[in-house]
Amino acid sequence: MTVPDITRQPGHAGAAPRQGLWQARFGRRRRLDRVPWIPIAIIVLLLLLPAILADLITVHDPLRGVLRDRLTPPMWVDGGSWTYPLGTDKQGRDILTRIIYGARISLAVSTITIFFGLLIGSILGLLAGYFGGWIDWIVSWLIDTFFSLPGVLLALVIVAAIGPSFATIVVILSVTIWAPFARQVRGETLSVRETDFVARAQVAGSRPLRILARHVLPNVANTLIVMATLQVGVVIINESSLSFIGAGIPRPNPSWGVMVADGRDLMLVAWWISFFPGLAILLVVLSFNLTGDWLRDFLDPKLRQRQ
Amino acid sequence: MARYILINSFRGLLTIIFVSVVVFALARLTGDPMDVLAPTDMSDEDQDALRALWGLDRPLLDQYVIFVESAVRGDFGPSYLYRSETAADVILDRLPASLYLGIVATILTIVVGVPLGILSAAKRGTIYDAIGRGFALFGQSVPEFWLGIILIWVVAVQIGPIPTSGMGTWQSYILPSIVISIFGIAALLRLFRSAMLETLGTEYIKLARLKGLSEWRVVCKHALKPAAIAPLTFFGQLAVRMITGATVVEIVFSWPGVGLLAFEAANARDFPIVQALALFVATCVVVMNLMIDIAYAYIDPRVRLGEGTAA
Repeated sequence: MTVPDITRQPGHAGAAPRQGLWQARFGRRRRLDRVPWIPIAIIVLLLLLPAILADLITVHDPLRGVLRDRLTPPMWVDGGSWTYPLGTDKQGRDILTRIIYGARISLAVSTITIFFGLLIGSILGLLAGYFGGWIDWIVSWLIDTFFSLPGVLLALVIVAAIGPSFATIVVILSVTIWAPFARQVRGETLSVRETDFVARAQVAGSRPLRILARHVLPNVANTLIVMATLQVGVVIINESSLSFIGAGIPRPNPSWGVMVADGRDLMLVAWWISFFPGLAILLVVLSFNLTGDWLRDFLDPKLRQRQ
Repeated sequence: MARYILINSFRGLLTIIFVSVVVFALARLTGDPMDVLAPTDMSDEDQDALRALWGLDRPLLDQYVIFVESAVRGDFGPSYLYRSETAADVILDRLPASLYLGIVATILTIVVGVPLGILSAAKRGTIYDAIGRGFALFGQSVPEFWLGIILIWVVAVQIGPIPTSGMGTWQSYILPSIVISIFGIAALLRLFRSAMLETLGTEYIKLARLKGLSEWRVVCKHALKPAAIAPLTFFGQLAVRMITGATVVEIVFSWPGVGLLAFEAANARDFPIVQALALFVATCVVVMNLMIDIAYAYIDPRVRLGEGTAA
């Protein structure tokens, strides 16, 4: 007896013959000219490259400044110099150097957090959406509950308890980030479960875990990619907000949020201390949002209507 | 319908209990509040007396029972920071500040977000649409705390002394409400735009156009009504955020609301206030979600009649 190859059923994400997702997408009338090159360039130039090459491309120490040079303005303002292109803070630390090292923190925090969010969120979402019943009841309840947790307050309490650190902030952000993933995956799984190819797999005797891994997961993968991209912006904003109010990355580490807080009382004297780190956050988050929106249209035009 | 409400209420109650346990446990993790609260010259006997007064010398389970009792009584026990007042009193003192700001920001959000969303959808592909989408993108991407600081700076440098910190005349509401509403405007704009685009593509809109109705009438009467249901959930989230205060914005503007109180209480290890605030926020969210679920059930009979997996 031959088992029908379910991956070739119409509507299955794996239906296209083995030529890779990318190629399959580009093969049809999608063109390169709509790729958001500028946002991608900003992500690479402002986040990825600085994070990887921070030690190579900077000459100043991100943590220790030259007190004699404190509050130097950016180079194009009177009194500025090439030594400190974006100026220095009140301890004489180079703003550009700290922004570059700050990219490392933003990248690390968002990568780890999104990884946990994807992992926990998709497992729970798949199980709840596919099996239904009491599993679904519990997972849906957990999702609602985590959406109603007062995040900032809890973060403040946790930080008061065990002190601010990189690990603390990653845990706090991961604990909350899985819920939106789970909600989305659960919804998608509910509809994929009703499709013919899942029914055929069930009739053919596939075990539930195999169906989830082989047939459901590939069909929610596009959504996950889009969501992960969009959530990077959310994570970066949340991390910098918590760092700003002292519940995130501890001083003197150059988190962008900490840097904005450092310059807050000096705006009238030295606006550049707060301005540039915040601008970096804005540009990077903006770029992730643009890229995510484009990915949504690119991977699944149907999704465009939903958000 | 009664069954549906009952089940959802039960779920909500479980959520509130869960939040109370989590917050209670986390608060106890923070260590002895005496380390922060007691003056350095306070004698050990006095410290012990205070601990006894607040029940901190009792086993954890007893402390949780005391907490639940105080929550049921509604006063949440004496505040550690403001000795003469109960936690509930302190919160009620600070609530109006957050509430007023929240109301102003909500009005601003709706007044700006909805028309921009409609305009963006009705004139799709034009300059209006580009402006609307650009605004939505900016609002979703800008960190609030930074926007607040930049606005304070611009106003201070360009316009001169209008109040940029604390709560006072109506002018003191301008900057904080702009900062709070910017994200809401962006989200509402996106939601309305996509909901409108969806309805504008339906058959009955084509019919309305064929009947020769003016574009204005088609958009505002026929397309707007069904589209207005879609952002219902969002309005719930918006309302909760407005009531429970925006901590980060309140810190930036030294706004004396519950958001700033949360910051102060957590740093001072004022357990009763922290616990009361967490329960307050969770209850607001749960009640709002329940109301939205019920509203959806009335609008959409499929939910009401028990095919409720869509909810």
